[in-house]
Amino acid sequence: MTITKRKFDVVIVGAGGSGMRAALQLSEAGVKVAVLSKVFPTRSHTVAAQGGIAASLGNVTEDNWHWHMYDTVKGSDYLGDQDAIEFMCRQANEVVYELEHFGMPFDRLENGKIYQRPFGGQSQNFGGAQATRSCAAADRTGHALLHTLYQRNVRANTQFFNEWMGLDLIHDEQGDVLGVTALEIETGEVVALQARAVLLATGGGGRVFQASTNAFINTGDGLGMAARSGIPLEDMEFWQFHPTGVYGAGVLISEAVRGEGGYLLNKDGERFMERYAPNARDLASRDVVSRAMTTEIKEGRGCGINADHILLKLNHLDANVINMRLPGIREIAIKFAQVDPINEPIPVVPTAHYMMGGIPTNLHGQVVVPYKTGPEEVVQGLYAAGECACVSVHGANRLGTNSLLDILVFGRAVGSQIIEDLRNNPHHKPFPTSSTDKSLARLARLDSQKDGESVAQVGDVLRKTMQAHCGVFRFADMLKEGVTKISKIAERAEHTEIRDKSRVFNTARVEALELTNLAEVALATMVSAEARNESRGAHARDDFSIRDDNKWLKHTLYFSEERRLDYKPVRLKPLTVESFSPKARTY
Amino acid sequence: MRFSIYRYDPDKDQKPYMQDYDIVLEPTDKMLLDALIRIKVFDDSLSLRRSCREGVCGSDGMNINGRNGLACITPVAGLKEPVELRPLPGLPVIRDLIVDMTQFFKQYHSIKPYLINNDPPPETERLQSPEERAELDGVYECVLCACCSTACPSFWWNPDKFVGPAALLQAYRFLADSRDQATAERLDNLEDPYRLFRCHSIMNCVDTCPKGLNPTKAINKIKGMMVKRTV
Repeated sequence: MTITKRKFDVVIVGAGGSGMRAALQLSEAGVKVAVLSKVFPTRSHTVAAQGGIAASLGNVTEDNWHWHMYDTVKGSDYLGDQDAIEFMCRQANEVVYELEHFGMPFDRLENGKIYQRPFGGQSQNFGGAQATRSCAAADRTGHALLHTLYQRNVRANTQFFNEWMGLDLIHDEQGDVLGVTALEIETGEVVALQARAVLLATGGGGRVFQASTNAFINTGDGLGMAARSGIPLEDMEFWQFHPTGVYGAGVLISEAVRGEGGYLLNKDGERFMERYAPNARDLASRDVVSRAMTTEIKEGRGCGINADHILLKLNHLDANVINMRLPGIREIAIKFAQVDPINEPIPVVPTAHYMMGGIPTNLHGQVVVPYKTGPEEVVQGLYAAGECACVSVHGANRLGTNSLLDILVFGRAVGSQIIEDLRNNPHHKPFPTSSTDKSLARLARLDSQKDGESVAQVGDVLRKTMQAHCGVFRFADMLKEGVTKISKIAERAEHTEIRDKSRVFNTARVEALELTNLAEVALATMVSAEARNESRGAHARDDFSIRDDNKWLKHTLYFSEERRLDYKPVRLKPLTVESFSPKARTY
Repeated sequence: MRFSIYRYDPDKDQKPYMQDYDIVLEPTDKMLLDALIRIKVFDDSLSLRRSCREGVCGSDGMNINGRNGLACITPVAGLKEPVELRPLPGLPVIRDLIVDMTQFFKQYHSIKPYLINNDPPPETERLQSPEERAELDGVYECVLCACCSTACPSFWWNPDKFVGPAALLQAYRFLADSRDQATAERLDNLEDPYRLFRCHSIMNCVDTCPKGLNPTKAINKIKGMMVKRTV
């Protein structure tokens, strides 16, 4: 079978915040870029971000990037790479102002400057008073940001391939990446896209959990593509459980609710966070709050008939504040929890939200892997940014509002790096003839599979297993069993059968391909979590309840082939300032 | 619960047909999208777009018992049976509930949906008062689901010439932005018997918008700006 080939300077897989920020950088520089997206760009999951973007503008309280850096390092439970964190925090103001110049409809203060609100884990003066650092457009910051970036890309004439799914990386024998194979969903056609640079910007894989704030499209496609090409995945044991997903529905309720003055209550009406984090209380880091909530529920102080959730109270706030600053939250609570937060508290539970791990990159967005010369050798032609990447700026726990910042800073940085690398790499390298075999074989298998299980069935077991075996608190026996179970499920995911054989917009085929990516993500998570015998950030082990910097101040690298683990050191040395050395983390 | 759903796969069907599904819903299947996903477990060929499942991405617009809406924020409880589901009207059908939105986005792109300001940007933010910013409320929140434009008879007749309520709402979003400098150019772009003036204030758009926005009001404001600049 022959397949169509197309040639671009750069192919970007994914049109969320990081993909579109990078695309803008490239299009405005006159680079021929193709942006592939499974959905129309403004439907990417960045659209669902609510609370804001961190930047030390100091519009409300005094602030500076160094304080922001300290908070991020501490929030990461010292697993974040301090050079990348300094880089991100220093650029925050610039990328936010730039976004404002692009037309982003930020809320405003009386003096006309960008509105900022408090958020969890943000402090002044290295752990002092609460900072006010989150730049917001009501509680629809992600929507405003994603539409603004799309609009700016329309202006720049970026070429989008909407409803195209990336399948596999194309690389030569040395591992240099030469392009991708992709499926045009509407026609069912597989196309080979040749490029001098490939940027993976496919977002997270939060759909591995049963209770997830993530969109259906968040299936870790970029991670699957990388893993199948021998690229390791970094720190996959670290998943953020957001404290406030709507009980029963999983839909996100922004931390902005607590930033604006809301707080959590147990069944006794107690503001229990005072016991767990006496200073920051409800605005402690997300891992801390989610563990406190889970403990309250486990010890019988949950709310409702089954004592299985917590209440988020904001009805003491002025109705005008709710309507002006949290209108989207009110809409979600009314629709998904059947309560109007102006009058009643919202039932919430910790819900899988964000993947701190991902494809290992340096702070220029170049993918780096252990090879001959050391643990971080650049893979020629391959880049990653956003949630699918692990720079690592979030370490073991991400701070709220640092993800939108991450996608802007590193989307822009990787765009600039690609422009520079293209100068040194002026010609497309020839494609090996076998370059598309892997993708075609996967599709052929799916078309000819008989007596296989359904995608829905295997996916359901996968999500339930992850939820039960790898949640907020983790137990040695459950993790061990989890590895065995997920290994078997991953095998089953390779033998699913779809009844729909149509070429036209075959969503069953897309979901089957997504399931194999989810399986890669789930396996990487479970194997990495089982091995890490300590508690750090979002990884909380029952049997190793404290952080162990002597043994575990290091990044995990998981290789899909042989399901092997390797480790590399944390980059503790920032670019220009003194290192923040690990100390006890309290809020 | 009984559903009657529009089916068409150009790969095998000569023409579209309605297919009935009787399905037992689980207690967790609260929204129409949950029900459709339940149906898809039994029939994986049923095709629809969906993503965020919370009403912000705009993927799952469809015609639900004769009215356009987003499946993910439409509770199944209140729906009359059989629940009749069709693709959004007025756009070519690709398959089942999936329509070809090319024309819709072409109109969106035609209004230059980006801020135009030719002054060199300042070192910090451009200032905007809370009152100026409030002009964008009820306008910028559009999710581009196309429920409004595909409920509009003027858009059905002239999808290539009439900009349609969704894109006109966005045209107003930039006209209303105190930072934008292209007012005259934007109004020139709409000064045409079709592009703006095919809106006859039927208000289907207002009635159908799943986000509670009001395109007709924005269109009337644009018309007001047109009048104002001629007198």
